[in-house]
Amino acid sequence: MAETLLFNALREAVDEEMDRDDTVFVLGEDVGVYGGSYKVTKGLYEKYGEFRVLDTPIAENSFTGMAVGAAMTGLRPIIEGMNMGFLLLAFNQIANNAGMLRYTSGGNYKIPMVIRGPGGVGRQLGAEHSQRLEAYFQAVPGLKIVACSTPYNAKGLLKSAIRDNNPVLFFEHVLLYNLKENLPDHEYLVPLDQAEIVRPGKDVTILTYSRMRHHVTQAAKKLEQKGFDPEIIDLISLKPIDFDTIGASIKKTHRVIVVEECMKTGGIGAEIVASISDRFFDELDAPVLRLSSQDIPTPYNGKLESLTIVQPRQIEEAVEKMMALQI
Amino acid sequence: MAQERTLPVFDAADALVTREEGLTVYEDMVLGRYFEDKCAEMYYRGRMFGFVHLYNGQEAVSSGVITSLRSDDYVCSTYRDHVHALSAGVPANNVMAELFGKETGCSKGRGGSMHLFSEEHNLLGGFAFIGEGIPVALGAAYQAHYRRVALGDPNADQVSACFFGDGTSNNGQFFECLNMAALWNLPIIFVVENNKWAIGMAHERASSQTEIYKKASVFGMPGVEVDGMDVLAVRDAAKTAISRARAGEGPTLIECLTYRFRGHSLADPDELRSKEEKEEWLSRDPLKRFETYLLGQDLVKAEELKAIRDRIQQVVDDAVTFAEQSPEPDPSELRRYIFAEN
Ligand SMILES: Cc1ncc(C[n+]2csc(CCOP(=O)(O)OP(=O)(O)O)c2C)c(N)n1
Ligand SMILES: [Mg+2]
Repeated sequence: MAETLLFNALREAVDEEMDRDDTVFVLGEDVGVYGGSYKVTKGLYEKYGEFRVLDTPIAENSFTGMAVGAAMTGLRPIIEGMNMGFLLLAFNQIANNAGMLRYTSGGNYKIPMVIRGPGGVGRQLGAEHSQRLEAYFQAVPGLKIVACSTPYNAKGLLKSAIRDNNPVLFFEHVLLYNLKENLPDHEYLVPLDQAEIVRPGKDVTILTYSRMRHHVTQAAKKLEQKGFDPEIIDLISLKPIDFDTIGASIKKTHRVIVVEECMKTGGIGAEIVASISDRFFDELDAPVLRLSSQDIPTPYNGKLESLTIVQPRQIEEAVEKMMALQI
Repeated sequence: MAQERTLPVFDAADALVTREEGLTVYEDMVLGRYFEDKCAEMYYRGRMFGFVHLYNGQEAVSSGVITSLRSDDYVCSTYRDHVHALSAGVPANNVMAELFGKETGCSKGRGGSMHLFSEEHNLLGGFAFIGEGIPVALGAAYQAHYRRVALGDPNADQVSACFFGDGTSNNGQFFECLNMAALWNLPIIFVVENNKWAIGMAHERASSQTEIYKKASVFGMPGVEVDGMDVLAVRDAAKTAISRARAGEGPTLIECLTYRFRGHSLADPDELRSKEEKEEWLSRDPLKRFETYLLGQDLVKAEELKAIRDRIQQVVDDAVTFAEQSPEPDPSELRRYIFAEN
């Protein structure tokens, strides 16, 4: 067991997969000589050379399309979005070509590629660097969307994403890169399509992902002291959603709260709530509650910013309120 | 009507075409022309749907470039892709069946006219949005370069040929990819089919510098201008560019001056282009010109050409029969091909 920071866990995943398969390569802005803006590719340029750790010009749409072409013809590119928000400029290549081309080609081509990088609301980075693109991309058919949240799952998920034969959007969170955890010395993979039960419980199912997982566990500590027993599920896969795990939990708790960092309108939670009502309506003892970010551009001011995203205190209150409902 | 550009002169005597090459190229051009004529007929008879963009008039570009490639090279097209697919070797049956939306289509009836694909023939697509194929072609070129240089595979000398229009040359992906191709010395040739129009937008109303080949120079790559109605001139330029790319000497931009003989798509009334302009370009029909050349050089006899035309007409007619008789996709497979199956 070695204590590992999350960004190093990601680096180990990339390194191990590049070592194992010489068709795997990294491309993006400042991934090579500079080592990546969050140091996820540090040292890999020296180890694997300029072709396998390719510093690209600042041309997001075109280098994303280039990765699609390389994936169609047998390589396994890993794109680093310097900030996932910049991939708004690559929306066309991600949606039309990474997402839909396999289908429109009638299965002619596979597109094994990973698009990874920091997303989410950081500390006073301003609206454009605080995007949650997972919500925008979730409607694109053919994409898998994953969000890691701990060093352990970051490493195992990224390795699985690199080995997957489909395009995977892999969201990291700017504020989680320095999380520490002891990781196994042996190789391991974490499946892309399974939610993680972070804390088993019987009172209420809390569905969350990425950084909000940590807000929820923080709230849960307080809730435990007050005698509540929430079940916390980290979605991990934002597309497709693991409704097997979610359904099993709802059948136990009959109550659901979604805690997310994306905006409420058209968010991940919106999709989950609709699907829960399709699939598990009869199991519910209370309306599903969504705690999401405000539908506004993330403000720079620290106080306003913290009012924009969900805080642990709100999660506690939501659970208490839901548990107080008399059914 | 804007002043026509003077077409660059190409001396056909330099072409050194053998009889076999001549017949191959001629057959490919006839196939392109007859196939498209048949599409128009089928569209107006309600047998195919959606946006259908025909290639009539531009055959010298597809045939000139693609017959100069090796079968393991890559071809990347646009929405005007039927003829590029045919030149790349996708059988007429499977292209026609795709337009009919059949399971036997090259994209299994899921793609349609603007999304033709064939991995077997290294046809990267069929791209319905302008410009989005250019980065994909660049990626195929990067892949070949990567295998050759980073993985040391001496057989990885495939070249990518990327086709697109004059209107598309104003899109950022064009400039971004020219930069990366030159920066990394990638084995790709960019083939601009300058047919003077982007739907109803005349090229000189959209581009500050209308001579597209000149844009290569700022990226430090060769840019050449060719008469896109002369298949021998196109072949000559393509061969030079392809051998440069294959030898590891990097990309080339080829601007082919050409013209489409029909509207932008079969839904376009084609009211903007003047009669004079159309007539002038029709008089340069690349197919007739090549025929005259072949006969003038005594490479073939008129009867041989007629035999080819008759045979190709049969191929196209058979493609319609094949498409008509082919099954529709199975509704139970509606969701197939979204994700890889392994
Ligand atoms: C991104 C995008 N914008 C607009 C269109 C609509 N459109 C289709 S073809 C076309 C004109 C393209 O002209 P050009 O590149 O010269 O090619 P040509 O049709 O002449 O072959 C336009 C605007 C599109 N398909 N994709
Ligand atoms: Mg045009």
